[in-house]
Amino acid sequence: MVEEEKKEKVAKPKKMADPAAVSIDPATQEMLAQAQKLGIDTIFDRAVTMRPCNIGMQGTCCKMCAMGPCRLPLPKAGIEGEDTRKGLCGATANTVAARNFARMVAAGTAAHSDHGRAVAEVFLSVARKETDDYTIKSPERLLQIAPYFGVATTVEVDGEQLDRDFDEIALEVAEKAVAEWGKPEGELCYLKRAPEPLYERWKKLGELPRNIDREVVEIMHRTTMGVDQDYKNIVKQCTRCSLSDGWGGSMMATDFQDVMFGAPSPLHSEANLGIMKEDHVNIIVHGHEPVLSEMIVAAAQSREMLDYAASKGAKGIQLGGICCTGNEMLQRHGVPPAGTFLQQELVIITGACDAMVVDVQCVFQNLANVAKCFHTKLITTHPIAKMEQDNVIHIEFDEHHAMEDAKRIVTMAIDNFENRGAEVMIPKHKAVQIAGFGVESIKYHLGGTFRGSYYTLNDNIINGRVRGVAGVVGCNNARTRHNEAHITVVKELIKNDVLVLTTGCNGIACAMHGLLTPETAQVFCGPGLAEVCETVGIPPVLHLGSCVDNSRILLAATEVVKAGGLGKDIRDLPAAGSAPEWMSEKAIAIGQYFVASGVYTVFGYHMPLEGAPVLKDYLYKELENIYGGMWDCEPDPIKHAQKMIAHIDKKRKELGIDKARERVLMDMADRQALEA
Amino acid sequence: MSKLVAFAAIQGGYNVVSEVEGDLRNVLAAYNADTKVAFPNTGYYLPVIYSLTGHKVETLEDLQKPMEFARGLLPPHIKRVNHLPYLGPLLDAGMAAIIAYEIKEGIRAVTDPDFYYPHEDPDLDAGKIWVGPADDIILRKRGIEFVDGTAPGFAAIVGAAPSPEIAKAIVEDYQLKNLYIFCAASHNGTSVIDQLIEAGVTIGWGTRIVPFGPDISSAVFALGFANRVPLIFQNITPGDYKKVLLYNKDRIFAFINALGDVGTHWACAAAGCVNWGFPTLADTDIPEILPTGICTYEHVVANVPHDEICQKSVEVRGLKVHVSEIDIPCAFGPAFEGERVRGKDLYAQCGGGKSPCTELTKMAEMGDIDDGKIEIIGPDITDLKEGDTFPLGVFVQIAGREFQEDFEPIIERQIHHLVNYIQGVMHIGQRDIAWYRISKSAVEKGFTLRDIGVVLHAKFHQDFGKILDKVQVTLYTKKKDVDAMTKGAKADYKKRDERVEKMTDEGEEIYYSCTLCQSFAPNHVCTVSPERTGLCGAYNWMDCKASFEINPTGPNQPVEKGECLDPVLGQWKGVNDFVYKASRGNVTHYNFYSMLVDPMTTCGCCECIAALLPSCNGVMTVSREFFDDTPCGMKFTTLAGVMGGGQSSPGFVGHSKFNITQGKFIKGDGGLLRMVWMPKSLKEEIKERIIRRGKELGVPDLYDKIADETVGTTEEEILPFLEKVGHPALEMDPIIG
Repeated sequence: MVEEEKKEKVAKPKKMADPAAVSIDPATQEMLAQAQKLGIDTIFDRAVTMRPCNIGMQGTCCKMCAMGPCRLPLPKAGIEGEDTRKGLCGATANTVAARNFARMVAAGTAAHSDHGRAVAEVFLSVARKETDDYTIKSPERLLQIAPYFGVATTVEVDGEQLDRDFDEIALEVAEKAVAEWGKPEGELCYLKRAPEPLYERWKKLGELPRNIDREVVEIMHRTTMGVDQDYKNIVKQCTRCSLSDGWGGSMMATDFQDVMFGAPSPLHSEANLGIMKEDHVNIIVHGHEPVLSEMIVAAAQSREMLDYAASKGAKGIQLGGICCTGNEMLQRHGVPPAGTFLQQELVIITGACDAMVVDVQCVFQNLANVAKCFHTKLITTHPIAKMEQDNVIHIEFDEHHAMEDAKRIVTMAIDNFENRGAEVMIPKHKAVQIAGFGVESIKYHLGGTFRGSYYTLNDNIINGRVRGVAGVVGCNNARTRHNEAHITVVKELIKNDVLVLTTGCNGIACAMHGLLTPETAQVFCGPGLAEVCETVGIPPVLHLGSCVDNSRILLAATEVVKAGGLGKDIRDLPAAGSAPEWMSEKAIAIGQYFVASGVYTVFGYHMPLEGAPVLKDYLYKELENIYGGMWDCEPDPIKHAQKMIAHIDKKRKELGIDKARERVLMDMADRQALEA
Repeated sequence: MSKLVAFAAIQGGYNVVSEVEGDLRNVLAAYNADTKVAFPNTGYYLPVIYSLTGHKVETLEDLQKPMEFARGLLPPHIKRVNHLPYLGPLLDAGMAAIIAYEIKEGIRAVTDPDFYYPHEDPDLDAGKIWVGPADDIILRKRGIEFVDGTAPGFAAIVGAAPSPEIAKAIVEDYQLKNLYIFCAASHNGTSVIDQLIEAGVTIGWGTRIVPFGPDISSAVFALGFANRVPLIFQNITPGDYKKVLLYNKDRIFAFINALGDVGTHWACAAAGCVNWGFPTLADTDIPEILPTGICTYEHVVANVPHDEICQKSVEVRGLKVHVSEIDIPCAFGPAFEGERVRGKDLYAQCGGGKSPCTELTKMAEMGDIDDGKIEIIGPDITDLKEGDTFPLGVFVQIAGREFQEDFEPIIERQIHHLVNYIQGVMHIGQRDIAWYRISKSAVEKGFTLRDIGVVLHAKFHQDFGKILDKVQVTLYTKKKDVDAMTKGAKADYKKRDERVEKMTDEGEEIYYSCTLCQSFAPNHVCTVSPERTGLCGAYNWMDCKASFEINPTGPNQPVEKGECLDPVLGQWKGVNDFVYKASRGNVTHYNFYSMLVDPMTTCGCCECIAALLPSCNGVMTVSREFFDDTPCGMKFTTLAGVMGGGQSSPGFVGHSKFNITQGKFIKGDGGLLRMVWMPKSLKEEIKERIIRRGKELGVPDLYDKIADETVGTTEEEILPFLEKVGHPALEMDPIIG
């Protein structure tokens, strides 16, 4: 009794999140209030009650061996003179923070690349004709990438070049591709897709990745107790590992997804919790690999399933996505995302989620606790991603029986429709978006079938209508106000005529806040960018897909370089990268490969480097001398965007395009001087 | 607002494609599918379709594929709000319309074969106003003007101006800027061409005002003209649409003026032209597209006032034109060169067999003449009455520290076109067979003979300022003065001719390069020696020499021929080194005197093409005016298509007409005695010279032994003739061996 009283006393002052203070999105605010009313705790509340570890924040907690954890916080007053901090083994703050940083790169690379491997393996089954459920939807895309794997697309017959047998090409590409994770010698095939000076720089620095798994393994080895104890050397391996993600695992994930599921092209959709429908069976797919979601989309659209849903009294089946699975379904099928990373619990709290299907990455374990409060079936599907809670159902998804598994899941959701409680509350908020951009579709839209070329963009960068290009990507972070930094950074950029390419949860955030419509350009953009958007008919923010699709940004940048007029390397471009609300280790891997590809990359919130100022300086300043790109961190979103703009202006100046372009009138002599 | 343009262009694309699909269905129902479809005398089929897709349309059936292609290009319609991107779709819709328009014109060639009057100039008296698509002869002839800069580009005008006066003002402005004016389509029942005829303007290729056709579909002929240029001059493979279109964007300075309301049928055509980098400027309030990218500058500019449209168009296209300001009462420029002075317009004339008329240019000592002095000795125009004939002697004296006697004929040759540039004055011939016709309109404007002097003085200074300091012009109009001048002139002409004819390749250490055509054929470089004049016929060794003196960094550079590597085939080390560099590494070497072994390359503007005829053991040559089949199995256009664009093509060589009778003509392969076939017209044109050269080679009746099309147009047909007349080629060593 006394104990119970005591508990109540403690529970009473339990702090809860203020909905208006933790998100700028009205749907999120409403659902958070609803959750609090129902007494269901969410990540927003937990962020209020639990503070992050101060020493971990600084990046200087070493738990690589059982003699530690050794904690090397930076004294509040800073360090005058020699930095004498060291762990039991003598590891300096730089070594500790660099090791922690490197392990984040390794984990991020592993996540993207394991995703890529899964996709490549499914493609191998397709090429071997071991599955009927998956096919090659974009043969052009396969022919486009085959040469990078050294696979011939034509054969010589009697002195004539003829098209090679397509199945043969597919099989050879698939076999070459899966070898990228573990081939015994050589270098990754895709590195040569980078502009030549960039490739040559990596080569000269000895940073060409050999195979993907090896670079991850090597980080784990080098950062274990008593191995690499030179932060610069550790950062070198960070580059090599991250390149095997951006120009390796992620890029292959994107490519083979395009080959099997179709290359995205612009389409119309919506975003936010309001896409869920009270009278429909709502199935929310969350995670990252479209191998699962593609089948769920196909199953949910099948006549059989629709009829079955109708028989259960539902008007239809509404699919929705969370995180990058949401983006994958959006880009290829126009399935609307129901929300960002931070909204995953809220989807269930609507009371209208009949099934939530998850695979890998960014999935809260707390989903199971929330699902327990509702009728929602929470289904895990991946052998490497299960949950301990007993209400979680595991249906293992296997490419050889993909459609069968998908139908089983959809059927389960439909059967569950009638189990909904009375407490359904779907916020009315949703926004229209135009998504589905990709490297090829952007090229098409910059000039059509005949003149499609990134030069159209370059020309408008050169003439100053477009100041530059920014890639704004990444997660949400419960330590910052949901979507605020995303939207503020993006709006500040487009206001200053910077065209934004987005992926991941930034893409969903921009969609939710209406930035992905062509009409937005006239409202939020500077006059130059607005005019270009109007000419092409595009939104000022182009959604390029999921987080593995950051590889599309690398290739778009490469296309811009190739189109001419803006230097010879990605580092020359008036461009910058940003992850305003990052939280995942994957973001660190992405940041590192962007930096190593020559992009100035600014993260929001905080970086775990504050405890090691020398390392921080190395990453923020010295890397520019090596790669042309470097890290930075700026939590204030306006300053964050302004730093990117300043870098863009610096690059414009270096290119000599910082002044208004004169109209050059050509006479005959000028024309004779034209190069062939 | 590009969105509105996109709506209109995409709508227009659907309308045009659907209409033409209907036309095609009807014509296929009424005619056999294998009915021939062709534009007159072209080796490029329907040229837009052929250049962009590589598809050869030869029959009605062949129109199906491009029709399907056009349909396939049509994008989804654009939604009013939250639309998908439309720039690519709108350009595709425009291209679909343009392809459909060309199909429509292809159908017209079958169903209404006499609709167009396929000549350089219309026949107004017969009511034949519209000349239709340019054939390959016109294209090559006019193409050189685009190459050498005489014509910097073209304005495609669709519709009609508010009045004939405005139409005339706009068109004359373009003429003054030396542009071609391609006209099509009508507005409110009239067209710019109708308006110009009403205003008394001479139309036709000669005055650069080309009446293509009365419909918007006829505007496609302008694109067909433009698209053949890269095929001819840069050897771009048909179907390589990216290169064809970028070539147009970078090198063909064309644009569209839309005069009148822009409906969907025009909008889609304008959108289509953006693919070429050709912008549209309109006099009406249409949505604008100002950002750059596909075109060099703006894409669509609206509400342009009529008195600014020329200047604005040229600026939007990024074109610099040099207008010569000459102080005479008449307009002046190359566009007036082809203008006729017909009987009813004639005020007075001289020469032409009616009175003596002679032109002579002589070098003078600096102290002996006054610059700018123009003297008329005898009566002037104002002293004549309408219909009079008068004698004329035009005597030009030039002095200058850099001037040489050798330059006299070069300067003198300019008189013909310079006088022709005067609006209302026509000039024919040269030397002592010149002929001047002066129109009433010129006299009304205040033209006097003095103005001829003004033009020559001003233009000689402008164009040849580097080599001359003083120009004095004397115009004799009394018969006895003219007769006296003519007598002296004849002696000068004879001396000059002998001097040029005596020059040999062996006698000169310096040859001249000619890269004039590199604006269009970037890999081609001509080398001109005394005995191998430029293949275009426009530049001989002396011209190149003068050109170099005038412009030391220009397209004609001296080439030290250096060590002779092969005296028979004509190859020099110095020339090879130069050619390698100037062709940007594309050509390592070539021979001057052989068509069989690494012959000289051609840009595409050669006057003639010689080809091997193996069974006759000889060669043939064909000039570009001859458009029928030849014994080598190809027409001129096909031959030119095979070898243009800076390629060395053994078995073929491009050359000038004059070169045929020069001493070194294919000397390495046996020389002129190998010549077994020529078109009759060419043979007759150079008859005297063939006879003379034949005598030199010991075959005085060579002229009669060369077969022509009246003998046959296949090797089988001409061989018996050659055997009968005992053509020397048959006795020569095997040509292939």
